[in-house]
Amino acid sequence: MESTRSKWLWIAASALILVWTVFPILWIVMLSFKRPGEIGNQKGFLPHAWTFENYRTVFRTDLFTAALVNSIGISLIATFVGVVFATLVAYAIARLEFPGKKAILSFALAIAMFPVVSLVGPLFNLWRDIGLYDTWPGLIIPYISFALPLAIWTLSAFFREIPWEMEQAAQVDGATTWQAFRKVIVPLAAPGVFTAAILTFFFCWNDFVFGISLTSTDNARPVPAALAFFTGESQFEQPTTAICAAAVVVTVPVVVIVLLFQRRIVAGLTSGAVKG
Amino acid sequence: MAAISMKNIVKLYGDGFPAVNEVSLDVRDGEFMILVGPSGCGKSTLLRMIVGLEDITSGEMRIGERVVNKIAPRARNLSMVFQNYALYPHLTVFENIAFPLRLAKVPGDEVQRRVTETAELLELTEHLERKPAHLSGGQRQRVAMGRAIVRQADAFLFDEPLSNLDAKLRGQMRTEISRLQRRLGVTTVYVTHDQTEAMTLGDRVAVLRRGVLQQVGSPRELYEEPVNLFVAGFIGSPSMNFLPASVDRSADGASLHTPLGRFELRDPRKAAAIGEREVVLVGIRPEHFEDALLVGEEKRLRGSIVQARVDVTEWLGNELYAYVPYEAPPDVAAQLRDLSRELDSDQLRTQAVVALDAGSLITAGHDADLWIDTSRIHIFDPATGTNLTRDEERVAELSRVAEQSRDAQRRAQREAPDPAA
Repeated sequence: MESTRSKWLWIAASALILVWTVFPILWIVMLSFKRPGEIGNQKGFLPHAWTFENYRTVFRTDLFTAALVNSIGISLIATFVGVVFATLVAYAIARLEFPGKKAILSFALAIAMFPVVSLVGPLFNLWRDIGLYDTWPGLIIPYISFALPLAIWTLSAFFREIPWEMEQAAQVDGATTWQAFRKVIVPLAAPGVFTAAILTFFFCWNDFVFGISLTSTDNARPVPAALAFFTGESQFEQPTTAICAAAVVVTVPVVVIVLLFQRRIVAGLTSGAVKG
Repeated sequence: MAAISMKNIVKLYGDGFPAVNEVSLDVRDGEFMILVGPSGCGKSTLLRMIVGLEDITSGEMRIGERVVNKIAPRARNLSMVFQNYALYPHLTVFENIAFPLRLAKVPGDEVQRRVTETAELLELTEHLERKPAHLSGGQRQRVAMGRAIVRQADAFLFDEPLSNLDAKLRGQMRTEISRLQRRLGVTTVYVTHDQTEAMTLGDRVAVLRRGVLQQVGSPRELYEEPVNLFVAGFIGSPSMNFLPASVDRSADGASLHTPLGRFELRDPRKAAAIGEREVVLVGIRPEHFEDALLVGEEKRLRGSIVQARVDVTEWLGNELYAYVPYEAPPDVAAQLRDLSRELDSDQLRTQAVVALDAGSLITAGHDADLWIDTSRIHIFDPATGTNLTRDEERVAELSRVAEQSRDAQRRAQREAPDPAA
């Protein structure tokens, strides 16, 4: 009896949380299918007349398509570079003894705790002086530095899980430290690398503060920032529905990535390495 | 193939604790050397220093003609089987075994040929495409061995390779390792804490205690002529009984007063070895006791008979263990307790374990007449633990016998076709 009751409690609680989190998303999806004139005039959660007009508008706008290219490019580059750095750093932290190890970890944590907004002003000035303002590298650099701490912490936890013997076995088998790292440690840490990559990608993809402050044109402006400049098709109507459509468009890759890689993230690849 | 020679090897840890202290040991070319000792005696550390995974604080390590103190593990051309196998979980069995060859940039068809041969030798052929996670413990163990023997390493190093297997499999794999080593004739160093492995596998066994080498010799030498209390207690299971004894000298020898009773020491060599000592420790192996009723007249004269109260008996089918508690002076009792703790057995009381013929009808709670084969006893100095009655002539004879059997085995192995070559 006890178990069925607790089961129902769990189901109820999960349903509540599901509604809580899914409802806003559904709302945005619904809004994106409404006609621009519907908002404020007609009540109702579901659109009175379903339309793809907003999506067409979004993709016809240069502002949005340019921003989409920027977002994808900047996020991918920042993720790749950040994860490569983080992998090397995390390996060193997990495996090697060197002075200042603690300092690096605490520094990384301190950076993660730093309020992003407080850095935007100085960066804005600095970037304008050295010509990085409104360029891809101008966004990639701060993204990497803010994503690194989380990636380092995640990855070093993964590296610590890998038995030391794996690497020693590789060394005895004739591998250099680099070969042992590349052929044994990195494949084993793949779930960790994926996790770190996805977290970094989300951070870059969702960022708004840097995106709006360090760009001024289509050169480098990412989607979240671009949405704020959205005017819609007609200046006589609120662009709410078009913004919602754009929001849905930028959410889709995130959902796809999570669905694609969730098995990689949770897979415990190390099973079978040692006795079991 | 190569000999491994260690000269005054020391390993100090950061806190100054010597894990290995002044160990000098020569492993001959093609020899199967066992490193044995209770946990924490430094045997694994020593092995890891041979392979290069631990730095050597001082001393000289030679493999073949080369001093390898400063040479990286990958350049030492040794192969090692780890206690937990350390297989690469993301690679198939084939690629696991091929790993050292791939690193050495061996051409593809050569890799194919050698891995296939190794797999046949270890009966892994049908598992080559599987991942380690899907293998049983024994199969994983064989993959780890395959990875070790696939390339022509100068020596094999084993770090308690069988300790994760169940008893039955352990027995099988033990025979397997022995067969393989004789067949390949490669110098092997094998770390274990298992009695049976130590006694059956090795050409020679090295016993370590707290980082110090105690004795190196053939299994038989260690068992029959141990150099000190520690080796005597460590080798053999159940271990040797140590009885405190006060010495009475007489014209034709000496008699020993032990808690189990008094008996004569007829061997003049052993009597002389006691010297001026008043108190000694007498070491008697469990199997050198017998139920007096089952001992024939002629045999009876070779030993002495004592009367003792048997506390507990264990009938095992092939023999009968009887436990005989005795009182010992507090200082000796404390010394024996320390020793047993060091041997990982932690015996709570002073008692003698005697192994009798399974036909014996001795029952617990009764006094029994026990015959002791006094010609086989050892006498130890209670202060230093040294074996006073070690017979050097016998030691020389035993090592000659061991040498002969080793030569015979090597000859047989050389004549047998070698599929891994």
